[in-house]
Amino acid sequence: MSIVTAERPKAQRPQRQKLSVVDCDIHPGFSTPDEIHPFLPERWREHVKTFGGHYRQAFADTLSHPRMAPEVSRADAWPPKGPPGSDLEFMRAQHLDANGVEYGMLMPLNRGPGNQRNLGYGAALATAVNDWQIAKWVTPEPRLRASIVVTQEDPEAAIAEIEKRAGDERFAQIMLPPRSLEPLGRKRYWPIYEAAVAAKRPLALHVGGINGYPATASGYPSYYIEEQHTNVQGMQQLVTSLVLEGVFERFPQLRVVLVEGGIAWMPALKWRLDKHYKRLKAEVPHLKRLPSEYIHDHIWLTTQPLDEPDKDSDLAETFELVGSDRIMFSTDYPHWDFDDPRFVLSKLTLSPEKQQAILAGNARALYGLK
Amino acid sequence: MAMPNSIFGHPAIDCDVHIAVPNTAALMPYLDAYWYDAFRSRGIEKTSFTLTGDPPNTPLAARPDWRPKSGKPGSDLELLRSQALDGFGSSFAIANCLFGGMALHSEDLAAVMCKAVNDWVADTWLDKEPRLRASILVPQQSPELAVEEIERRAHDKRFVQITLLAMGNELLGRRSLWPIYEVAVRHNLPIGVHAGGLYHHPTLNGWGSFFLEDYVANAFAFENQVVSLVCEGAFAKFPDLKVVLIESGVTWLPASMWRLNKTWRGVRPEIPWVKQVPSELVRQHIRLTLQPFDEPEGSGRLERFVEQMQSDQLILFSTDFPHWHFDGKDALPLSPSSPLAPKILYQNALDTYPRLTETTSVPAFAPKEISP
Repeated sequence: MSIVTAERPKAQRPQRQKLSVVDCDIHPGFSTPDEIHPFLPERWREHVKTFGGHYRQAFADTLSHPRMAPEVSRADAWPPKGPPGSDLEFMRAQHLDANGVEYGMLMPLNRGPGNQRNLGYGAALATAVNDWQIAKWVTPEPRLRASIVVTQEDPEAAIAEIEKRAGDERFAQIMLPPRSLEPLGRKRYWPIYEAAVAAKRPLALHVGGINGYPATASGYPSYYIEEQHTNVQGMQQLVTSLVLEGVFERFPQLRVVLVEGGIAWMPALKWRLDKHYKRLKAEVPHLKRLPSEYIHDHIWLTTQPLDEPDKDSDLAETFELVGSDRIMFSTDYPHWDFDDPRFVLSKLTLSPEKQQAILAGNARALYGLK
Repeated sequence: MAMPNSIFGHPAIDCDVHIAVPNTAALMPYLDAYWYDAFRSRGIEKTSFTLTGDPPNTPLAARPDWRPKSGKPGSDLELLRSQALDGFGSSFAIANCLFGGMALHSEDLAAVMCKAVNDWVADTWLDKEPRLRASILVPQQSPELAVEEIERRAHDKRFVQITLLAMGNELLGRRSLWPIYEVAVRHNLPIGVHAGGLYHHPTLNGWGSFFLEDYVANAFAFENQVVSLVCEGAFAKFPDLKVVLIESGVTWLPASMWRLNKTWRGVRPEIPWVKQVPSELVRQHIRLTLQPFDEPEGSGRLERFVEQMQSDQLILFSTDFPHWHFDGKDALPLSPSSPLAPKILYQNALDTYPRLTETTSVPAFAPKEISP
């Protein structure tokens, strides 16, 4: 008896081979919790073993709103060993190769150097995370680009770190958390922006951070779904502060990338800022132009989590209102709310040129990628 | 009930005008002996309690032609009559009196302030102008004392809603505030959430530098409150609860819903009491007053808002008198011949505020206790 099998057609994987993507938000992970320790000086290695991290919140080892999935991650993103995002081979197969990622921007959130209350440890950790990105990720995988992680509450250390990395083109941008001790437009942070301009790197502000302030003006929300939504208000506040304090008037070369905030909130914020600025401009005479003009010239947004209106035409309109030349694609790999490049823009009635600009062209231009 | 046409060719109900207590001393007749003495001896009587978030001399606080010759914006009944009521031909106007004393840390003192303001509003404004309605000011810091004040005032049907602030001690969805919603629903009183705050950091990144920054941040606070009311289950617990967002800016809402709907689809097991997509709950329970309407002038965003929210019932006409958001009579960013105009100008308000047309006079006596 012989078994005859008809040749089965290969599973349809739409556009997989055609994609050419710059993913502006990839999270690299530690394979083991102490993987970073060899990158720390002895003094801080001993410190972290004895005292651990020290944050402005209740818990030393987790955030205050438990997520809905382990490691906030896709269930299928766990490599054979270690947590999601920690295995380069697995990341290549599941994401970089599969989704046509030509360049990927690393967004290391590991241990939050900028949120450490011990500034010395924060600075040492930032340096360690930067060395680790090069050693574990960027050297073996040239499609990946590192971010210069800095401690915004210690501008001196941040500037030293920026200057140290400025000559290494594998660092594409400077990363600090938007939830800082004061709104990021305030003058205490301006020396960092001066260094960013000198190093010719954009600032990447990925949602999150632990600054000790409840996530709303009315205290802590109870649930993760609410806290997740405050990422939007974090971005809105950040834009408001940077614009109104005059950061872009003082640093006309500064470019800012907002990562993981989505995009759809931006038009209404521009309208609100412009409208009330006109009435209250006497309070901010250092501004010479409308808030929306500074925003367009200085701020880029990444797509994920891409907002999902009931009508696709509403999203297409949103891309135009935000400015499709300022929107860059991102997936948030390996997190649970990953946006799949094969599907996420497919329902939109964008021209092929605009679609390609969002998937890759805008990021190539901003980061000067070949 | 027959209402005359406004300047827009339909009847109009102005769902947000501001009236102001001229000074704390005006409240003295409404205090009991203990507090009368305390206000005198502690100098409270002479303190203005001007809110950081509401400085009276900014261009936003009063349109040049709506600013009284002396005294605080919103303190002159004749101006309110001629500029707001007659000026637009509104049949009713709902007054909000945000007296700073409500933001005191002492719950008792805040409660006394709110009580005195409510009685003063009834005597000084409502008794004199039959087109005027008001909101019950409550000490938001203490749900217990807030409920007490609502029960005390609810008999007077000229009070058509309860005022809470967009930035408070707690998010409005939290269960500790549910006693307020229980009594609100029982008395047919919507919750009017007004821009402004008690005393916390205005944003999740702490304290900004400018008044403008704080004013813009009110929209973020409203967004937090909508998310909280939906996610913490207040609407599941109180299916008849109506919440009106007052002076919110409005146009942020559709994008906020797109995001919340998406997140809810991903993590809804966390909040199993939310069984509908959040935007549906918002359509059922949330209303928004019109001004300020954040858009580039003449951009047609009001029609787009209605399309995107898939409801023409959400927006309630308001001038936000005497605040300066528009010039002349341009309070309605819409053609008066649009089929949306009558909904926005008065029909939605009548549906939202059941008390609006119930009475034009005060009942003869206030019942001492109201049983649930």
